[in-house]
Amino acid sequence: MFWELIAANRRKSFLLFVGMAALLVTLGYFIGEATMGEGGGNIGIIVATAVWVIMSAASVFGGPDIVLRMSRAKPVTSDVHPQLFNIVEEMKIAAGLPAMPKVYIIDERAPNAFATGLKPENSSIAVTAGLLTKLNRDELQGVIAHETSHIMNRDVQFLTLASVMLGSIVLISQVFLRGMWYSGGSSKRWRSSKKSEGGGGGAPLIIIAIVLAILGPIFARLLYFSISRQREYLADACAVRLTRYPAGLAGALEKISQSPLQLDAANQVTAPMYIVAPLGGPKATSWASTHPPIQERIAILRGMSEGAGFLSYQHALAKVRGKPSMIMPASAIKKDERVAVREAHPDVAREQSEKDKTRDVMDLMRAVNGFAFLLCACGLKIKLPPEFEEASVKCPRCGRDNEVPRAQVSEFAEVAAAVGAIVGTPTKPDASGPPFAQPAPGGSSGADAPLEYRRRAHKKWESFSCACGHLLQLSPVFSASQMKCPNCSRITRIV
Amino acid sequence: MAALIFLGVVVLAVVFFVGIYNSLVGLRNRVKNAWSQIDVQLKRRHDLIPNLVETAKGYMTHERETLSAVTEARSRAMGAGSVADKGAAETQLSQALSKFMVVVENYPDLKANQNFLSLQEELTSTENKIAFARQSYTDAVNFYNNKIEMFPSNVVAGMFNFRPETFFEIEDAAQREAPKVSFTR
Repeated sequence: MFWELIAANRRKSFLLFVGMAALLVTLGYFIGEATMGEGGGNIGIIVATAVWVIMSAASVFGGPDIVLRMSRAKPVTSDVHPQLFNIVEEMKIAAGLPAMPKVYIIDERAPNAFATGLKPENSSIAVTAGLLTKLNRDELQGVIAHETSHIMNRDVQFLTLASVMLGSIVLISQVFLRGMWYSGGSSKRWRSSKKSEGGGGGAPLIIIAIVLAILGPIFARLLYFSISRQREYLADACAVRLTRYPAGLAGALEKISQSPLQLDAANQVTAPMYIVAPLGGPKATSWASTHPPIQERIAILRGMSEGAGFLSYQHALAKVRGKPSMIMPASAIKKDERVAVREAHPDVAREQSEKDKTRDVMDLMRAVNGFAFLLCACGLKIKLPPEFEEASVKCPRCGRDNEVPRAQVSEFAEVAAAVGAIVGTPTKPDASGPPFAQPAPGGSSGADAPLEYRRRAHKKWESFSCACGHLLQLSPVFSASQMKCPNCSRITRIV
Repeated sequence: MAALIFLGVVVLAVVFFVGIYNSLVGLRNRVKNAWSQIDVQLKRRHDLIPNLVETAKGYMTHERETLSAVTEARSRAMGAGSVADKGAAETQLSQALSKFMVVVENYPDLKANQNFLSLQEELTSTENKIAFARQSYTDAVNFYNNKIEMFPSNVVAGMFNFRPETFFEIEDAAQREAPKVSFTR
């Protein structure tokens, strides 16, 4: 059923593309005729095409990378956030993508996400750190499914090509209109062409050109926006179809829309790509917006009463809007059977407090950025930036001097991946491993340095790894001051 | 002139024939590909189970039976050959696992174990992946089986021995229980 959908999308994209291309060429022709006189039309067409070719080349070759860099997205490995990677892989399988999308994390508190990449074979998904803090597993799956749908439906490809076309039309119109404005319609060229034509066809031509230059961009923009909005609905419908769980995406959209935080990394260029318009933008049911109103999207998802199929989405949409409207091609709906909604992931019940989660994700971001962590005796976790060079660091809270384990810092700067082990506090459900016992601060460095593990939560179960990698358990009633590893018989002090 | 028309018809027929044959081969490969996706995840699940059992053993001293049921179901699933056999064996494994996960609820110490938590996330995700891969496998098999039954492609299918593929069934009850794999704490 996705195949029909993709095929229909491709046809539509192509038609729209041809339409916009025709507009661009017509615009070029009339502007050329108007400014350069007889035969200028052809030059106008050539100039318009050249502008378009240059702009598309730039966006095709540099596009995805530029977008990721503009958004300050950092590539991460699966060790940093195993759950995120698992979910991306699940969706990759569900959508039948030919390759695993690359995963990026944006160091921002505002929850949001986007997908980029012109081809499904070479795509990327970026999520903000705030998204990871706020959402549970089902909601995160909904968001990733939405982004995966964009990749699957070739929306990125389409939006890139369409926005380049739109950009070319706007650029050419602007240059022409500004030129007209400043020269007051009486430039040498304009007058000479008028003379050569004997004052005949010049005036109507220039009026047509002006009208086109004013209306063309508006028309193209509206077309672009309407298709972009439609693709958002479509991606929502596909996300539900993929996850079979409308409440996940609905919950995610609610949480994202309730967040008052602004996404600093977004700008005019990247804004249309996010799952929720990050810049606020025109309010409500505006036809000049790239995203459908979020409350409507949520209402549709919450109103899906006939399972998780396309038809159910279509009906919910019609109910919310009060009139039937087609979002997806009939052929895709027809082939789509009834899809039952699955049950919630029990993870939902295990909501970590948001404060804990935020702390975890902030640590995760620091880990991605090459920070190292040092636990002071007073309980404060000192964060060391990768460029930190000193041999010891003064604790900002208690003033104690803490020795910096060199290996730790350099290791972190090189492989941010190894970090999961130390990021993982006992409250974190998806850490890739238990924390390691650390060399005691102030002790002599060397192979025989006494190991030390600081309890993070008393009267609770805790586990940590000995230096040999063996897993040690601390029970809630454990009260001794040291523990012997049964594997390597090294002694770790418990503080 | 007549010869030319005849030649044209023959060329068209051959092109048509080759087209059908190629699309059938493509569809069969899609089925194979979809199956290998499932297979990878089933193997992954088999690989995860010894670790899981090993971690649980230390805590679940009174649950030898549940643990050995999981281990046995695993080895049976690993030994299964055909797609249908695998379906049955994997269903049993899913059931044994969900029983195990219910029992885990009684062991808060185990549930707090970091190692166990990450294994549990892996297992949940693997079960999800199996379910998703199964969807696309079912889609692919459906499409392919329809194609080799419908005219005119059934003629080509008959000539070159394209056989219908089997669906991979994991019982629905087990599927519904599978999410219980991850547990609250």
